[in-house]
Parts: sequence; C-alpha cells; structure tokens
Amino acid sequence: MIDSQTPCRDLEVISCTPAKDPSLVDLVLSAPGWTCKPGQFVMIRPAHWGAELVWPRPFSVCDVSDQGLRIIFQTVGRGTRRLAELVSGQKVTVWGPLGRWFRIDEARPNLILAGGVGIAPFVMLARREKTDNLSMLFGHRLDLEHYPYAEIADRIKSEAMQQKTMADIAEFETVLSERIKALAGVGQVLACGPEPMLKVVRKYCLLHGTDGQVSLENRMACGVGACLGCVGKTVAGDYVQSCVHGPVFDVREIDLGD
Amino acid sequence: MDQTVKLGSLTLKNPVITASGTFGYGLEFMRYGDLSALGGICLKGISLAPRAGNPMPRIAETPCGMLNAIGLQNVGVEKFLKEKLPYIPADTTVIANLYAQTPEDFGELAAIFSEEDKIAALEVNISCPNVREGGVQFGQDPHMASAVVGAVKKRAGSKPVIVKLSPNVTDVRVIAKAAVDAGADMLSLINTLSGMAVDIRTRKSRLANVVGGLSGPAIKPVALRMVHQVVQSVNVPVIGMGGIVSAEDVLEFILVGAHAVQVGTYNFMRPDNAFRLVEEVRVLAESLGIASWDDYRGTLKV
Ligand SMILES: Cc1cc2nc3c(=O)[nH]c(=O)nc-3n(C[C@H](O)[C@H](O)[C@H](O)COP(=O)(O)OP(=O)(O)OC[C@H]3O[C@@H](n4cnc5c(N)ncnc54)[C@H](O)[C@@H]3O)c2cc1C
Ligand SMILES: Cc1cc2nc3c(=O)[nH]c(=O)nc-3n(C[C@H](O)[C@H](O)[C@H](O)COP(=O)(O)O)c2cc1C
Ligand code: FES
Repeated sequence: MIDSQTPCRDLEVISCTPAKDPSLVDLVLSAPGWTCKPGQFVMIRPAHWGAELVWPRPFSVCDVSDQGLRIIFQTVGRGTRRLAELVSGQKVTVWGPLGRWFRIDEARPNLILAGGVGIAPFVMLARREKTDNLSMLFGHRLDLEHYPYAEIADRIKSEAMQQKTMADIAEFETVLSERIKALAGVGQVLACGPEPMLKVVRKYCLLHGTDGQVSLENRMACGVGACLGCVGKTVAGDYVQSCVHGPVFDVREIDLGD
Repeated sequence: MDQTVKLGSLTLKNPVITASGTFGYGLEFMRYGDLSALGGICLKGISLAPRAGNPMPRIAETPCGMLNAIGLQNVGVEKFLKEKLPYIPADTTVIANLYAQTPEDFGELAAIFSEEDKIAALEVNISCPNVREGGVQFGQDPHMASAVVGAVKKRAGSKPVIVKLSPNVTDVRVIAKAAVDAGADMLSLINTLSGMAVDIRTRKSRLANVVGGLSGPAIKPVALRMVHQVVQSVNVPVIGMGGIVSAEDVLEFILVGAHAVQVGTYNFMRPDNAFRLVEEVRVLAESLGIASWDDYRGTLKV
C-alpha cells in the first residue's frame, strides 16, 4: 500500500493533452489525494529518461484532486518537449509537494496577477478558495482559449489582456501599476508569470507600498534544498534556495536584480 | 552477503556514500529514506566562516551531465555544528568535507571537527574548480597539496583523513602520491571536470561564473580511468566517484579497485536514489555470486 503522501514515487500518466496551441500541454497523473497548497510545486522526471537529461523539471501544481495531479506546461526546451510526448500508461517519477505557497488573506482583497502559463497555480486556488475577496488580472500572448482561463473566470472576478505588440506590453504595465496602487494599504497581490512581469509587479508594489507575493522560476536541479543551484538573492544580500524558502517570496524580501 | 567494507580504521555498513555538495547536510533527504542505512553521507563543503557562493545562474544541464559553479556556499562551521549536525540521526556515518584558503585554516577546521564524536572522517577538498583562492590550485600542485594534507593530519586527532583529488591535472598519480606521502589515510576521486556551456542567442555563458564543474554520467569513463591509475600507484584505500547512476556503475568502480564509492548527481535525478542503490548493489552482487567486497575488489583482468 502506497502512502498517499509518500514524497517520491512513480505516478502513471492518465492523459497528456496539447492545448489548441501545441506549445501548451495539460498533463494529468494518477495521484490519490495529496494535500497541497496553491503555489507549491513538484519535480517530475519520466521514469524512462535514462541518463541524457539528468535533471527533473519543476512545475507548479495546477490542481490536485481525486482525478489526479494536474500540471500545465509550456514547451520551451529539451525537457518539456520530451515531456509533451508522454502517453497514458507511462510512468513519471514525482516528488512533492514542495516549497512555500501563496498565502491568502481572507479578510482583505487578494488580486491574482498571472502572466501566460503563470496562470497554472491559480486554478486550484480558484476552485478551493472561492471568496469574494479574490480576483484576477491575466496577461497573455496566445488567444485566451489556450489557457485554463475560463475555469478560473467562472468562479472569481477576472479580466484578461492580450499582449501581442510592444504597445500592448506597455499598456499592460500601466494597468498593473494602477491595480497595484489601488490595493495599497487595503489588500495584496499574488503574482506568477515571466520574470520581466514579476520585476514590474515588484517595482510597483514597492513604489505604492502594496503587499505582494511573487513566485520565482529559477533553474532547479534537486528541488529539496541540497544543490544550492536555485538560489534567489534577498534584499539583505543573502542567497536563499528558492525551492525551500520559495518559490513564493514576499516582494519586500527578494531582490530581482532591478 | 555482508555488505560491510573496511577502509583502514573506518568501517562502513556498505560501499555507498553520498557525494559532497549533492546531499546538502543530509537533513534535506530525511523525508526520502533512512540516512543511517547508507554507507555514509559526505556533507556539503564547510569552511570556517560562512560563504555566500557565486552569483546566479550557477547550474546548467548538459548532455548526460551538468555544470555547477556554486562557489562553496555554506553556513560556516559554527552554524553547522549548532544547527545541522545535532539533527543528523545517530548511527549515520558522517564525513565532513573541508574547504579553506590556507593550510592553516584547513588545520583549524580539522581541529574543530576532530572534537566531534558524530564525525567519522574528514574529506579534504583540494579540488574545487569554482573558487578563486585555494580550491583546485592546492590539488594541482604537489607541494601545496602536501602542505594542506600535512596541516590537516597534524590536527585531525584520530579522525581518518580522506584527500579528494581533482581530475583537472595532467597526471593524477603525482598528486595522489604527494597526498599519501603527507599522511593521507585515503583518497577520493574525482571532483568535477572544468567545463563550459554557452548560449548562441544571448552570447553569454550559461553560468555567471563563465566556467563550472562537470559531473554526471558524462564523466564516468574519465573517473574510472583515474581511479584505476591511482589504485595502481598508492597503497591506501580509494573511494571512487564520477557519474555513478546504477548498481553496475558501483561494481565497475570496485572492480578497478575502489573500496567504496560516492554518488553525486544521481541524487538529483531522484531524491531516494542513494537509498535504492544500497539495495540494488546488494542484489546485483549476490546475483554475481560475490561473497564479500574484499573478494571482488581490484580483480580487473588486464
Ligand atoms: C517552482 C517552479 C514552477 C514552475 N511551474 C511551471 C508551470 O506550471 N508551467 C510551466 O510551463 N513551467 C513552469 N516552470 C518552468 C519550467 O520548469 C521550465 O520551463 C522547464 O524546466 C524548462 O525545461 P526544458 O528542458 O524544456 O528547458 P531547457 O532546455 O532547460 O531550457 C530551454 C529554455 O527555457 C529556459 N528555462 C529553463 N528553465 C527555466 C525555468 N525554470 N523557468 C523559466 N525558463 C526556463 C531556458 O533559459 C532556456 O531558454 C516552473 C519553474 C519553477 C522553478
Ligand atoms: C552541485 C554540486 C556541488 C558540489 N559541491 C562540492 C563540494 O562542496 N565539495 C566537494 O568536494 N565536491 C563537491 N562537488 C563534487 C561532487 O562531490 C562529486 O565529486 C562530483 O559531482 C562527481 O560525482 P557525480 O558525477 O556522481 O556527481 C559538487 C558537485 C555538484 C554537482
Ligand atoms: S533546486 Fe537544489 S537547492 Fe533548490
């Protein structure tokens, strides 16, 4: 009998489905009910990878339920391209859930700022935490139907903005800044997305004095705090492993090099 | 089969040790297995003062391997003794990995660890390619290697001293001999091979430090050759490492003459790999009819 919280084991692929745009893949693995918090992640490595790719790959848990463990990933390189080829029945080694999560403040407004595939960790959050104090602003490059946007928008107040040109990006930054300013002293933002976006989020949080949390996607080898490869720099100048002290950090705690 | 191995005064439950820098302070892996079931754990390199390490990015994946330029980030010996060592379960064979920039500081670290009952042996890292001072230059010059080993030996008390050799030399036997002549009780090899990876689009190195240390299956043939050469040239126990990712790999190192092995990058491929390996090595040895490691070690036909 496998303990459902056994931290490392082989899970079976239930489905591996490309979204309408094949650069996004929806992967579901058999996982009998973990307790897992939004923003936590897992390390995954197909059992048959052999020696060529030595690292597992980190992904946010998109959702975990009786249906299984769901991950949504973007194909960007060798590892994710090979993960996209998984078929049902194959085994994937998984360890987790790992890291620190997004901390919701139920008494105040929480605004999710998601960029692209950075929307993934918020699917579970929207499903579980339906609260009137939760809303989302989503910036995206591909058409909206490629992302699990509707799953979230059905449950919480959401708006989406597409960025195709430099002008769109500039406009998104303006809107981000306004939303962050509006929450100063009254609420907080929770952000996950590409690093340039997180830098913008952090900049305006500090400028307006708004509370915020950002999830970092540093390169990771072990996921458990041992290799020291994934460190982020704190404002105090210390290097801290983002796999155990993060990936979700308080904006006032972490230095994003801007 | 009795898995026990004796390396001079050091007895291990089995030949599988986790390699320095790939197993943290051991504590990180306690959710994944029983540390005391391993032959031993070798700790992340520890220096007298805490070290911040190198800027990011510090790691890059390469075919069948990885590059790292961590730069020996560690909490420093004081914090280690207070905040880490007490939490490592009793019965675990703990090997401290020492890093310093002068022979005197190496000696000082050895003196501190010699007082600790929980530390079974000292591994002297004179082979780190990722730090400017000390590091690999000690491991490339026989006189400097000898000075460091002498300083450590003098203050190590009864703790066995293992000297970890660099592959980044023309003839590894020269340094091996210098270390043994200076009093090394054992040798371990290999540390990482100096390497590089670049990005043709950004035109930058994939590591902030530009160069880093290569580890993983890609380096196994080099490691095996060097262990073979060193075993032929010195008379102390040798611990082999470099690219071990299976029970077969472990037996290959023992076949060429290693007393024990360390597994490094393999710990990243799956956090319970070292624990699984102990069992797999036993099963493989038994299936080959090996009665004891003493019978099998160094029986390579040449
Ligand atoms: C905690 C955490 C959660 C994550 N969650 C998700 C998720 O839910 N969905 C998702 O699609 N991705 C997520 N990522 C990013 C994902 O891990 C990387 O995209 C993946 O590891 C790239 O592997 P690869 O072999 O395809 O790329 P590689 O061949 O290693 O690299 C190809 C390109 O991708 C870039 N890259 C490599 N690693 C990362 C990284 N960690 N982050 C960003 N870019 C990277 C490289 O710089 C390079 O340009 C997460 C990362 C972390 C650390
Ligand atoms: C991320 C990382 C950090 C390392 N840190 C140290 C260290 O602090 N001290 C040391 O002696 N060796 C260090 N090493 C080298 C390993 O202990 C080992 O010699 C090397 O990785 C080869 O073994 P492998 O191919 O099994 O990984 C490090 C290796 C890696 C990959
Ligand atoms: S990924 Fe290894 S320390 Fe964080």
